[in-house]
Amino acid sequence: MRSVLPVLTVIAAILLIWYVAAVGMNAQWARDQAARAGVEIGWSEIAVDAMRQERPVLPAPHQVALEFWRLTWTEEVEGRRGIVQSGSLSNRSLVYHALVTLSATGLGFLIGAGFGILLAIGIVHNRAMDRGVMPWAIASQTIPIVAIAPMIIVVLNSVGVSGVLPKAVIAAYLSFFPVVVGMVKGLRSPDAMQTDLLRTYNAGAMQGLGKLRFPASMPYLFASLKVGVAASLVGTIVAELPLGGAGLGTRLLAGSYYGQTIQIWATLIAAALLAAAMVGAVGMVQRVTLRRMGMAR
Amino acid sequence: MTAGNDAVIEARDVSLTFQTADGPVHALKDVNLTINRGDFVSFIGPSGCGKTTLLRSIAALEYPTGGTLTVNGMTPDEARQKRAYGYVFQAAGLYPWRTIAGNIRLPLEIMGYSRAEQKDRVERVLELVELSGFGKKYPWQLSGGMQQRASIARALAFDADILLMDEPFGALDEIVRDRLNEEVLKLWARTEKTIGFVTHSIPEAVYLSTKIVVMSPRPGRITDIIDSPLPKERPLEIRDSRDFIEIAHRVRDGLRAGHGDGV
Repeated sequence: MRSVLPVLTVIAAILLIWYVAAVGMNAQWARDQAARAGVEIGWSEIAVDAMRQERPVLPAPHQVALEFWRLTWTEEVEGRRGIVQSGSLSNRSLVYHALVTLSATGLGFLIGAGFGILLAIGIVHNRAMDRGVMPWAIASQTIPIVAIAPMIIVVLNSVGVSGVLPKAVIAAYLSFFPVVVGMVKGLRSPDAMQTDLLRTYNAGAMQGLGKLRFPASMPYLFASLKVGVAASLVGTIVAELPLGGAGLGTRLLAGSYYGQTIQIWATLIAAALLAAAMVGAVGMVQRVTLRRMGMAR
Repeated sequence: MTAGNDAVIEARDVSLTFQTADGPVHALKDVNLTINRGDFVSFIGPSGCGKTTLLRSIAALEYPTGGTLTVNGMTPDEARQKRAYGYVFQAAGLYPWRTIAGNIRLPLEIMGYSRAEQKDRVERVLELVELSGFGKKYPWQLSGGMQQRASIARALAFDADILLMDEPFGALDEIVRDRLNEEVLKLWARTEKTIGFVTHSIPEAVYLSTKIVVMSPRPGRITDIIDSPLPKERPLEIRDSRDFIEIAHRVRDGLRAGHGDGV
Protein backbone atom coordinates (compact mmCIF):
# COMPACT_ATOMS: atom_id res chain seq x y z
CA MET A 1 0.00 0.00 0.00
CA ARG A 2 2.88 2.35 0.68
CA SER A 3 3.75 2.39 -3.00
CA VAL A 4 0.29 3.64 -4.04
CA LEU A 5 0.79 7.24 -2.96
CA PRO A 6 4.01 7.88 -4.91
CA VAL A 7 2.53 6.24 -8.01
CA LEU A 8 -0.65 8.34 -7.77
CA THR A 9 1.43 11.47 -7.22
CA VAL A 10 3.46 10.85 -10.37
CA ILE A 11 0.32 10.14 -12.42
CA ALA A 12 -1.33 13.30 -11.11
CA ALA A 13 1.75 15.32 -12.01
CA ILE A 14 1.84 13.89 -15.52
CA LEU A 15 -1.86 14.61 -16.06
CA LEU A 16 -1.47 18.16 -14.76
CA ILE A 17 1.47 18.87 -17.07
CA TRP A 18 -0.44 17.26 -19.94
CA TYR A 19 -3.54 19.44 -19.41
CA VAL A 20 -1.49 22.63 -19.10
CA ALA A 21 0.43 21.74 -22.24
CA ALA A 22 -2.80 20.91 -24.08
CA VAL A 23 -4.24 24.35 -23.28
CA GLY A 24 -1.04 26.04 -24.34
CA MET A 25 -0.63 24.15 -27.60
CA ASN A 26 -4.27 24.27 -28.66
CA ALA A 27 -4.68 27.97 -27.79
CA GLN A 28 -3.56 29.27 -31.18
CA TRP A 29 -6.30 27.38 -33.02
CA ALA A 30 -8.93 28.63 -30.56
CA ARG A 31 -7.70 32.21 -31.03
CA ASP A 32 -7.67 31.85 -34.83
CA GLN A 33 -11.25 30.58 -34.77
CA ALA A 34 -12.31 33.45 -32.53
CA ALA A 35 -10.52 35.99 -34.72
CA ARG A 36 -12.28 34.65 -37.80
CA ALA A 37 -15.61 34.98 -35.99
CA GLY A 38 -14.62 38.48 -34.95
CA VAL A 39 -14.66 37.93 -31.19
CA GLU A 40 -12.10 38.40 -28.45
CA ILE A 41 -11.63 35.45 -26.12
CA GLY A 42 -9.85 35.20 -22.80
CA TRP A 43 -7.86 32.34 -21.27
CA SER A 44 -10.90 30.81 -19.59
CA GLU A 45 -12.66 30.36 -22.92
CA ILE A 46 -9.46 29.16 -24.55
CA ALA A 47 -9.05 26.54 -21.81
CA VAL A 48 -12.57 25.23 -22.35
CA ASP A 49 -12.17 25.14 -26.12
CA ALA A 50 -8.75 23.48 -25.91
CA MET A 51 -10.36 20.48 -24.20
CA ARG A 52 -12.91 19.75 -26.91
CA GLN A 53 -11.32 20.47 -30.26
CA GLU A 54 -11.80 17.82 -32.89
CA ARG A 55 -8.25 17.88 -34.17
CA PRO A 56 -6.18 19.39 -31.40
CA VAL A 57 -2.41 19.72 -31.66
CA LEU A 58 -2.26 17.93 -28.32
CA PRO A 59 -5.43 16.12 -27.23
CA ALA A 60 -6.36 16.33 -23.57
CA PRO A 61 -5.97 13.10 -21.55
CA HIS A 62 -9.72 12.55 -21.17
CA GLN A 63 -10.18 12.89 -24.96
CA VAL A 64 -7.54 10.20 -25.50
CA ALA A 65 -9.12 7.98 -22.85
CA LEU A 66 -12.59 8.31 -24.38
CA GLU A 67 -11.26 7.62 -27.88
CA PHE A 68 -9.38 4.59 -26.59
CA TRP A 69 -12.57 3.31 -24.95
CA ARG A 70 -14.58 4.00 -28.11
CA LEU A 71 -12.07 2.15 -30.31
CA THR A 72 -11.88 -0.88 -28.04
CA TRP A 73 -14.86 -1.68 -25.81
CA THR A 74 -17.56 0.34 -27.59
CA GLU A 75 -16.48 -0.80 -31.05
CA GLU A 76 -16.31 -4.46 -30.16
CA VAL A 77 -19.25 -4.76 -27.78
CA GLU A 78 -21.76 -2.32 -29.22
CA GLY A 79 -20.56 -1.75 -32.76
CA ARG A 80 -22.23 -3.46 -35.71
CA ARG A 81 -18.92 -4.94 -36.82
CA GLY A 82 -17.70 -5.76 -33.32
CA ILE A 83 -17.07 -9.28 -32.06
CA VAL A 84 -20.33 -9.40 -30.12
CA GLN A 85 -22.58 -8.77 -33.11
CA SER A 86 -20.51 -10.05 -36.06
CA GLY A 87 -18.52 -12.80 -34.39
CA SER A 88 -15.20 -11.37 -35.55
CA LEU A 89 -13.07 -8.46 -34.40
CA SER A 90 -13.91 -5.14 -36.06
CA ASN A 91 -11.18 -3.84 -38.37
CA ARG A 92 -11.78 -0.39 -36.90
CA SER A 93 -10.98 -1.47 -33.36
CA LEU A 94 -7.59 -1.18 -31.73
CA VAL A 95 -8.00 -4.70 -30.37
CA TYR A 96 -7.86 -6.11 -33.88
CA HIS A 97 -4.89 -4.00 -34.91
CA ALA A 98 -3.05 -4.66 -31.68
CA LEU A 99 -3.42 -8.42 -32.24
CA VAL A 100 -2.06 -8.08 -35.76
CA THR A 101 0.92 -6.16 -34.41
CA LEU A 102 1.32 -8.62 -31.54
CA SER A 103 1.60 -11.62 -33.86
CA ALA A 104 4.35 -10.00 -35.94
CA THR A 105 6.10 -8.74 -32.81
CA GLY A 106 5.96 -12.14 -31.17
CA LEU A 107 7.27 -13.95 -34.23
CA GLY A 108 9.99 -11.34 -34.74
CA PHE A 109 10.96 -11.53 -31.10
CA LEU A 110 11.30 -15.32 -31.24
CA ILE A 111 13.43 -15.11 -34.38
CA GLY A 112 15.52 -12.25 -32.99
CA ALA A 113 16.03 -13.80 -29.55
CA GLY A 114 16.90 -17.21 -31.04
CA PHE A 115 19.31 -15.64 -33.51
CA GLY A 116 20.80 -13.49 -30.75
CA ILE A 117 21.37 -16.48 -28.46
CA LEU A 118 23.01 -18.51 -31.24
CA LEU A 119 25.20 -15.58 -32.19
CA ALA A 120 26.25 -15.09 -28.56
CA ILE A 121 27.15 -18.77 -28.23
CA GLY A 122 29.26 -18.47 -31.37
CA ILE A 123 30.95 -15.30 -30.15
CA VAL A 124 31.83 -16.86 -26.80
CA HIS A 125 33.22 -20.07 -28.28
CA ASN A 126 34.95 -18.84 -31.40
CA ARG A 127 37.70 -16.24 -31.48
CA ALA A 128 37.09 -15.35 -35.10
CA MET A 129 33.42 -14.74 -34.42
CA ASP A 130 34.30 -12.75 -31.31
CA ARG A 131 36.42 -10.42 -33.40
CA GLY A 132 34.33 -10.48 -36.56
CA VAL A 133 30.67 -10.48 -35.61
CA MET A 134 30.33 -7.89 -32.88
CA PRO A 135 31.33 -4.88 -35.04
CA TRP A 136 28.71 -5.87 -37.62
CA ALA A 137 26.08 -6.34 -34.95
CA ILE A 138 26.82 -2.86 -33.63
CA ALA A 139 26.88 -1.39 -37.15
CA SER A 140 23.50 -2.95 -37.86
CA GLN A 141 21.99 -0.95 -35.03
CA THR A 142 23.46 2.38 -36.13
CA ILE A 143 21.43 2.29 -39.36
CA PRO A 144 18.10 4.09 -38.82
CA ILE A 145 15.40 1.45 -38.90
CA VAL A 146 12.98 3.75 -40.76
CA ALA A 147 15.53 3.89 -43.58
CA ILE A 148 16.16 0.19 -43.88
CA ALA A 149 12.69 -1.16 -43.14
CA PRO A 150 11.12 -0.31 -46.54
CA MET A 151 14.14 -1.82 -48.32
CA ILE A 152 13.86 -5.06 -46.38
CA ILE A 153 10.16 -5.23 -47.24
CA VAL A 154 10.83 -4.58 -50.94
CA VAL A 155 13.62 -7.14 -51.09
CA LEU A 156 11.57 -9.80 -49.29
CA ASN A 157 8.53 -9.08 -51.45
CA SER A 158 10.58 -9.51 -54.61
CA VAL A 159 11.56 -13.02 -53.49
CA GLY A 160 7.93 -13.80 -52.73
CA VAL A 161 7.95 -13.36 -48.96
CA SER A 162 5.00 -11.32 -47.76
CA GLY A 163 2.46 -11.24 -44.98
CA VAL A 164 3.61 -11.35 -41.39
CA LEU A 165 7.17 -12.42 -42.12
CA PRO A 166 8.68 -9.15 -43.46
CA LYS A 167 7.38 -7.35 -40.37
CA ALA A 168 8.77 -10.08 -38.15
CA VAL A 169 12.17 -9.82 -39.85
CA ILE A 170 12.35 -6.12 -39.09
CA ALA A 171 11.23 -6.76 -35.52
CA ALA A 172 13.94 -9.42 -35.25
CA TYR A 173 16.48 -6.99 -36.71
CA LEU A 174 15.94 -4.68 -33.75
CA SER A 175 15.49 -7.30 -31.03
CA PHE A 176 18.48 -9.57 -31.64
CA PHE A 177 21.01 -6.96 -30.62
CA PRO A 178 20.22 -6.53 -26.92
CA VAL A 179 19.97 -10.32 -26.66
CA VAL A 180 23.44 -10.77 -28.19
CA VAL A 181 24.98 -8.20 -25.86
CA GLY A 182 23.24 -9.58 -22.76
CA MET A 183 23.92 -13.21 -23.63
CA VAL A 184 27.62 -12.68 -24.38
CA LYS A 185 27.93 -11.01 -20.99
CA GLY A 186 25.90 -13.78 -19.36
CA LEU A 187 27.77 -16.67 -21.00
CA ARG A 188 31.03 -15.08 -19.84
CA SER A 189 29.76 -14.46 -16.32
CA PRO A 190 31.09 -17.68 -14.68
CA ASP A 191 34.27 -16.87 -12.79
CA ALA A 192 37.66 -18.51 -13.26
CA MET A 193 37.05 -20.93 -10.41
CA GLN A 194 33.81 -22.24 -11.90
CA THR A 195 35.42 -22.81 -15.30
CA ASP A 196 38.53 -24.32 -13.70
CA LEU A 197 36.29 -26.76 -11.89
CA LEU A 198 34.93 -28.05 -15.21
CA ARG A 199 38.50 -28.29 -16.51
CA THR A 200 39.41 -30.59 -13.62
CA TYR A 201 36.57 -32.86 -14.78
CA ASN A 202 37.95 -32.67 -18.31
CA ALA A 203 34.55 -31.44 -19.50
CA GLY A 204 34.10 -30.49 -23.14
CA ALA A 205 33.00 -27.13 -24.48
CA MET A 206 29.43 -28.31 -25.02
CA GLN A 207 29.22 -29.61 -21.44
CA GLY A 208 30.61 -26.31 -20.23
CA LEU A 209 27.89 -24.53 -22.16
CA GLY A 210 25.07 -26.74 -20.99
CA LYS A 211 26.06 -27.20 -17.38
CA LEU A 212 27.67 -23.87 -16.55
CA ARG A 213 27.53 -21.05 -19.07
CA PHE A 214 23.92 -21.33 -20.12
CA PRO A 215 22.40 -21.64 -16.63
CA ALA A 216 24.68 -18.86 -15.38
CA SER A 217 23.51 -16.56 -18.17
CA MET A 218 19.80 -16.77 -17.28
CA PRO A 219 19.51 -13.51 -15.29
CA TYR A 220 21.33 -11.68 -18.09
CA LEU A 221 19.19 -13.34 -20.73
CA PHE A 222 15.93 -12.22 -19.17
CA ALA A 223 17.14 -8.65 -18.69
CA SER A 224 18.05 -8.47 -22.36
CA LEU A 225 14.84 -10.21 -23.45
CA LYS A 226 12.84 -7.42 -21.81
CA VAL A 227 14.74 -4.82 -23.83
CA GLY A 228 14.48 -7.02 -26.91
CA VAL A 229 10.72 -7.49 -26.77
CA ALA A 230 10.17 -3.73 -26.55
CA ALA A 231 12.56 -3.18 -29.47
CA SER A 232 10.68 -5.85 -31.38
CA LEU A 233 7.43 -3.88 -31.02
CA VAL A 234 9.10 -0.70 -32.29
CA GLY A 235 10.40 -2.65 -35.29
CA THR A 236 6.97 -4.06 -36.11
CA ILE A 237 5.27 -0.66 -35.90
CA VAL A 238 7.92 0.91 -38.12
CA ALA A 239 7.50 -1.93 -40.59
CA GLU A 240 3.74 -1.43 -40.65
CA LEU A 241 4.04 2.22 -41.66
CA PRO A 242 4.91 1.54 -45.33
CA LEU A 243 3.11 -1.79 -45.53
CA GLY A 244 -0.48 -0.72 -45.01
CA GLY A 245 -3.07 -3.37 -44.28
CA ALA A 246 -3.62 -3.78 -40.59
CA GLY A 247 -1.66 -3.14 -37.42
CA LEU A 248 -1.03 -0.33 -34.97
CA GLY A 249 1.62 1.21 -37.25
CA THR A 250 -0.90 1.42 -40.08
CA ARG A 251 -3.40 3.07 -37.77
CA LEU A 252 -0.80 5.61 -36.69
CA LEU A 253 -0.11 6.47 -40.32
CA ALA A 254 -3.80 6.68 -41.17
CA GLY A 255 -4.33 8.97 -38.20
CA SER A 256 -1.59 11.30 -39.32
CA TYR A 257 -2.91 11.35 -42.94
CA TYR A 258 -6.25 12.65 -41.77
CA GLY A 259 -4.98 14.74 -38.89
CA GLN A 260 -6.79 12.53 -36.37
CA THR A 261 -4.55 13.41 -33.48
CA ILE A 262 -6.86 11.92 -30.89
CA GLN A 263 -6.85 8.60 -32.74
CA ILE A 264 -3.04 8.70 -32.98
CA TRP A 265 -2.76 9.15 -29.26
CA ALA A 266 -5.26 6.42 -28.54
CA THR A 267 -3.22 4.12 -30.78
CA LEU A 268 -0.05 5.11 -28.97
CA ILE A 269 -1.72 4.17 -25.69
CA ALA A 270 -2.61 0.80 -27.20
CA ALA A 271 1.02 0.30 -28.29
CA ALA A 272 2.27 1.24 -24.82
CA LEU A 273 -0.13 -1.19 -23.15
CA LEU A 274 0.94 -3.91 -25.58
CA ALA A 275 4.61 -3.29 -24.79
CA ALA A 276 3.91 -3.32 -21.05
CA ALA A 277 2.00 -6.60 -21.37
CA MET A 278 4.82 -8.25 -23.32
CA VAL A 279 7.54 -7.06 -20.94
CA GLY A 280 5.32 -8.25 -18.10
CA ALA A 281 4.95 -11.66 -19.75
CA VAL A 282 8.73 -12.00 -20.09
CA GLY A 283 9.02 -11.00 -16.44
CA MET A 284 6.61 -13.76 -15.45
CA VAL A 285 8.54 -16.38 -17.42
CA GLN A 286 11.67 -15.05 -15.71
CA ARG A 287 10.20 -15.44 -12.25
CA VAL A 288 9.00 -18.97 -12.91
CA THR A 289 12.28 -20.02 -14.52
CA LEU A 290 14.53 -18.55 -11.84
CA ARG A 291 12.37 -20.02 -9.10
CA ARG A 292 12.60 -23.44 -10.69
CA MET A 293 16.36 -23.01 -10.89
CA GLY A 294 16.45 -22.13 -7.20
CA MET A 295 17.89 -18.72 -8.01
CA ALA A 296 14.99 -16.66 -6.70
CA ARG A 297 15.12 -16.37 -2.93
CA MET B 1 67.28 -40.73 -8.55
CA THR B 2 64.61 -43.25 -9.24
CA ALA B 3 61.21 -43.09 -7.73
CA GLY B 4 59.64 -46.04 -6.00
CA ASN B 5 56.46 -47.55 -7.32
CA ASP B 6 54.59 -45.68 -4.67
CA ALA B 7 55.36 -42.23 -6.03
CA VAL B 8 52.13 -40.61 -7.18
CA ILE B 9 53.35 -37.10 -7.87
CA GLU B 10 56.92 -36.33 -8.84
CA ALA B 11 58.40 -32.90 -9.44
CA ARG B 12 61.94 -32.55 -10.81
CA ASP B 13 63.39 -29.03 -11.09
CA VAL B 14 59.96 -27.64 -11.82
CA SER B 15 59.94 -23.94 -12.63
CA LEU B 16 57.13 -21.69 -13.68
CA THR B 17 57.61 -18.13 -14.86
CA PHE B 18 54.71 -15.79 -15.59
CA GLN B 19 55.42 -13.08 -18.14
CA THR B 20 53.84 -9.87 -16.90
CA ALA B 21 53.99 -6.25 -17.97
CA ASP B 22 56.50 -5.60 -15.18
CA GLY B 23 58.79 -8.39 -16.37
CA PRO B 24 58.92 -12.10 -15.54
CA VAL B 25 57.60 -13.35 -12.21
CA HIS B 26 59.22 -16.55 -10.93
CA ALA B 27 56.24 -18.27 -9.33
CA LEU B 28 58.16 -21.54 -8.96
CA LYS B 29 61.87 -22.21 -9.15
CA ASP B 30 63.63 -25.60 -9.05
CA VAL B 31 60.95 -27.41 -7.12
CA ASN B 32 61.81 -31.04 -6.29
CA LEU B 33 59.25 -33.15 -4.52
CA THR B 34 57.98 -36.71 -4.34
CA ILE B 35 54.53 -37.47 -3.01
CA ASN B 36 53.80 -41.10 -2.26
CA ARG B 37 50.52 -42.96 -2.35
CA GLY B 38 48.50 -42.29 0.76
CA ASP B 39 50.50 -39.23 1.80
CA PHE B 40 48.81 -36.20 3.27
CA VAL B 41 51.00 -33.36 2.06
CA SER B 42 50.55 -29.76 3.16
CA PHE B 43 52.03 -26.84 1.28
CA ILE B 44 52.59 -23.91 3.59
CA GLY B 45 54.10 -20.49 3.06
CA PRO B 46 53.30 -16.81 2.83
CA SER B 47 51.23 -15.52 -0.08
CA GLY B 48 53.18 -15.39 -3.30
CA CYS B 49 55.32 -18.42 -2.43
CA GLY B 50 53.83 -20.45 -5.25
CA LYS B 51 52.00 -23.05 -3.14
CA THR B 52 48.75 -22.59 -5.04
CA THR B 53 50.63 -22.43 -8.34
CA LEU B 54 52.32 -25.74 -7.54
CA LEU B 55 48.97 -27.36 -6.72
CA ARG B 56 47.42 -25.93 -9.89
CA SER B 57 50.37 -27.24 -11.91
CA ILE B 58 49.75 -30.72 -10.53
CA ALA B 59 46.12 -30.30 -11.62
CA ALA B 60 47.19 -29.08 -15.10
CA LEU B 61 45.49 -25.76 -14.50
CA GLU B 62 48.89 -24.10 -14.91
CA TYR B 63 51.78 -25.32 -17.03
CA PRO B 64 55.37 -25.32 -15.70
CA THR B 65 57.86 -23.58 -17.96
CA GLY B 66 60.73 -25.85 -16.90
CA GLY B 67 61.49 -29.24 -15.34
CA THR B 68 59.30 -32.32 -15.32
CA LEU B 69 56.16 -32.96 -13.37
CA THR B 70 54.39 -36.31 -13.41
CA VAL B 71 51.12 -37.44 -11.88
CA ASN B 72 50.56 -41.21 -11.72
CA GLY B 73 53.50 -41.48 -14.13
CA MET B 74 51.76 -39.30 -16.73
CA THR B 75 51.94 -35.64 -17.59
CA PRO B 76 49.50 -33.59 -15.51
CA ASP B 77 47.40 -33.00 -18.63
CA GLU B 78 47.05 -36.73 -19.30
CA ALA B 79 46.25 -37.30 -15.66
CA ARG B 80 43.58 -34.62 -15.82
CA GLN B 81 42.08 -36.24 -18.90
CA LYS B 82 42.03 -39.55 -17.01
CA ARG B 83 40.28 -37.72 -14.15
CA ALA B 84 43.01 -38.67 -11.71
CA TYR B 85 42.20 -36.08 -9.07
CA GLY B 86 39.43 -34.16 -7.37
CA TYR B 87 40.05 -30.50 -6.73
CA VAL B 88 38.63 -28.40 -3.91
CA PHE B 89 38.93 -24.66 -4.40
CA GLN B 90 39.28 -21.83 -1.89
CA ALA B 91 35.59 -21.07 -2.12
CA ALA B 92 32.99 -23.82 -2.31
CA GLY B 93 32.01 -22.67 -5.81
CA LEU B 94 28.75 -24.58 -5.81
CA TYR B 95 26.50 -23.77 -8.74
CA PRO B 96 23.63 -21.75 -7.24
CA TRP B 97 21.03 -23.22 -9.63
CA ARG B 98 21.77 -26.77 -8.54
CA THR B 99 20.78 -28.40 -5.27
CA ILE B 100 23.54 -29.84 -3.09
CA ALA B 101 22.87 -33.26 -4.59
CA GLY B 102 22.79 -31.69 -8.05
CA ASN B 103 26.18 -30.09 -7.45
CA ILE B 104 27.71 -33.36 -6.33
CA ARG B 105 26.14 -35.03 -9.35
CA LEU B 106 27.82 -32.54 -11.71
CA PRO B 107 31.11 -34.41 -12.20
CA LEU B 108 29.22 -37.71 -12.39
CA GLU B 109 26.99 -36.38 -15.18
CA ILE B 110 30.00 -35.08 -17.08
CA MET B 111 31.84 -38.37 -16.68
CA GLY B 112 28.84 -40.35 -17.85
CA TYR B 113 27.88 -42.37 -14.80
CA SER B 114 24.49 -44.07 -14.97
CA ARG B 115 21.57 -42.51 -13.11
CA ALA B 116 21.42 -45.26 -10.52
CA GLU B 117 25.16 -45.02 -9.96
CA GLN B 118 24.90 -41.24 -9.61
CA LYS B 119 22.23 -41.59 -6.95
CA ASP B 120 24.24 -44.16 -4.99
CA ARG B 121 27.40 -42.12 -5.07
CA VAL B 122 25.71 -38.87 -4.11
CA GLU B 123 24.18 -40.53 -1.09
CA ARG B 124 27.44 -42.17 -0.13
CA VAL B 125 29.57 -39.02 -0.26
CA LEU B 126 26.88 -36.92 1.44
CA GLU B 127 27.09 -39.36 4.32
CA LEU B 128 30.88 -39.24 4.17
CA VAL B 129 30.89 -35.48 4.78
CA GLU B 130 27.95 -35.72 7.21
CA LEU B 131 25.48 -33.87 5.03
CA SER B 132 22.91 -36.65 4.68
CA GLY B 133 19.47 -35.14 4.32
CA PHE B 134 20.75 -31.89 2.84
CA GLY B 135 20.79 -33.13 -0.76
CA LYS B 136 17.64 -31.26 -1.73
CA LYS B 137 18.76 -27.90 -0.28
CA TYR B 138 20.16 -25.14 -2.41
CA PRO B 139 23.67 -23.85 -1.61
CA TRP B 140 22.44 -20.53 -0.21
CA GLN B 141 20.42 -22.43 2.39
CA LEU B 142 23.64 -23.86 3.89
CA SER B 143 26.32 -22.27 6.06
CA GLY B 144 29.78 -21.61 4.66
CA GLY B 145 31.25 -24.64 6.40
CA MET B 146 28.51 -26.91 5.08
CA GLN B 147 28.99 -25.54 1.57
CA GLN B 148 32.69 -26.33 1.73
CA ARG B 149 31.89 -29.85 2.95
CA ALA B 150 29.57 -30.23 -0.03
CA SER B 151 32.36 -29.14 -2.35
CA ILE B 152 34.63 -31.78 -0.79
CA ALA B 153 31.88 -34.35 -1.34
CA ARG B 154 31.77 -33.22 -4.98
CA ALA B 155 35.50 -33.90 -5.32
CA LEU B 156 35.10 -37.33 -3.69
CA ALA B 157 32.12 -38.43 -5.77
CA PHE B 158 34.15 -39.94 -8.57
CA ASP B 159 36.99 -42.40 -8.27
CA ALA B 160 40.04 -40.18 -8.16
CA ASP B 161 42.89 -41.39 -5.94
CA ILE B 162 44.22 -37.89 -5.47
CA LEU B 163 42.48 -35.07 -3.67
CA LEU B 164 43.91 -31.59 -4.17
CA MET B 165 42.69 -28.89 -1.80
CA ASP B 166 43.58 -25.23 -2.16
CA GLU B 167 43.07 -23.48 1.19
CA PRO B 168 39.63 -25.03 1.45
CA PHE B 169 38.97 -23.69 4.94
CA GLY B 170 40.68 -20.33 4.56
CA ALA B 171 37.44 -18.36 4.69
CA LEU B 172 35.96 -20.19 7.67
CA ASP B 173 36.17 -19.33 11.34
CA GLU B 174 38.50 -21.25 13.62
CA ILE B 175 35.88 -23.38 15.36
CA VAL B 176 34.40 -24.63 12.11
CA ARG B 177 37.89 -25.08 10.72
CA ASP B 178 38.91 -27.31 13.65
CA ARG B 179 35.91 -29.54 13.12
CA LEU B 180 36.45 -29.77 9.37
CA ASN B 181 40.13 -30.57 9.93
CA GLU B 182 39.11 -33.52 12.09
CA GLU B 183 36.65 -34.62 9.43
CA VAL B 184 39.23 -34.38 6.68
CA LEU B 185 41.54 -36.63 8.67
CA LYS B 186 38.76 -39.16 9.12
CA LEU B 187 37.97 -38.97 5.43
CA TRP B 188 41.59 -39.49 4.56
CA ALA B 189 41.75 -42.55 6.84
CA ARG B 190 38.56 -44.01 5.35
CA THR B 191 39.27 -43.33 1.69
CA GLU B 192 43.07 -43.81 1.69
CA LYS B 193 43.45 -41.08 -0.88
CA THR B 194 46.59 -39.10 -1.52
CA ILE B 195 45.93 -35.53 -0.44
CA GLY B 196 47.65 -32.29 -1.39
CA PHE B 197 46.56 -29.46 0.88
CA VAL B 198 47.49 -25.80 0.58
CA THR B 199 47.27 -23.72 3.74
CA HIS B 200 48.79 -20.72 5.44
CA SER B 201 48.02 -21.98 8.93
CA ILE B 202 50.88 -23.67 10.76
CA PRO B 203 48.68 -25.62 13.24
CA GLU B 204 46.48 -26.82 10.37
CA ALA B 205 49.47 -28.02 8.38
CA VAL B 206 51.07 -29.82 11.33
CA TYR B 207 47.81 -31.33 12.52
CA LEU B 208 46.83 -32.78 9.15
CA SER B 209 50.00 -33.78 7.37
CA THR B 210 52.33 -36.69 7.06
CA LYS B 211 54.58 -34.42 5.04
CA ILE B 212 54.86 -30.65 5.32
CA VAL B 213 56.32 -28.68 2.44
CA VAL B 214 57.51 -25.25 3.56
CA MET B 215 57.77 -22.69 0.76
CA SER B 216 58.98 -19.13 0.44
CA PRO B 217 58.42 -16.39 -2.11
CA ARG B 218 60.44 -14.46 -4.72
CA PRO B 219 61.20 -16.83 -6.32
CA GLY B 220 58.66 -19.43 -5.15
CA ARG B 221 60.69 -22.37 -3.86
CA ILE B 222 60.74 -25.15 -1.28
CA THR B 223 62.81 -24.34 1.79
CA ASP B 224 62.07 -27.40 3.89
CA ILE B 225 60.27 -30.73 3.66
CA ILE B 226 59.27 -32.19 7.02
CA ASP B 227 58.14 -35.80 7.46
CA SER B 228 55.82 -35.76 10.41
CA PRO B 229 56.41 -38.34 13.16
CA LEU B 230 52.87 -37.89 14.47
CA PRO B 231 50.72 -41.06 14.51
CA LYS B 232 47.99 -41.50 11.94
CA GLU B 233 45.35 -41.35 14.65
CA ARG B 234 45.20 -37.70 15.72
CA PRO B 235 42.77 -36.36 18.29
CA LEU B 236 42.59 -32.54 18.48
CA GLU B 237 44.49 -32.71 21.80
CA ILE B 238 47.57 -33.85 19.95
CA ARG B 239 48.18 -30.19 19.26
CA ASP B 240 49.42 -29.80 22.85
CA SER B 241 51.95 -32.64 22.56
CA ARG B 242 55.70 -32.08 22.49
CA ASP B 243 56.09 -33.59 19.00
CA PHE B 244 53.45 -31.30 17.59
CA ILE B 245 55.03 -28.19 19.07
CA GLU B 246 58.47 -29.21 17.83
CA ILE B 247 57.22 -29.64 14.26
CA ALA B 248 55.39 -26.35 14.43
CA HIS B 249 58.66 -24.73 15.50
CA ARG B 250 60.50 -26.25 12.61
CA VAL B 251 57.85 -25.04 10.19
CA ARG B 252 58.05 -21.55 11.65
CA ASP B 253 61.85 -21.62 11.36
CA GLY B 254 61.55 -22.71 7.75
CA LEU B 255 59.18 -19.88 6.98
CA ARG B 256 61.49 -17.41 8.71
CA ALA B 257 64.59 -18.66 6.87
CA GLY B 258 62.77 -18.30 3.57
CA HIS B 259 61.98 -14.72 4.34
CA GLY B 260 65.49 -13.90 5.44
CA ASP B 261 64.15 -12.17 8.53
CA GLY B 262 61.36 -12.42 11.09
CA VAL B 263 57.96 -13.25 9.69
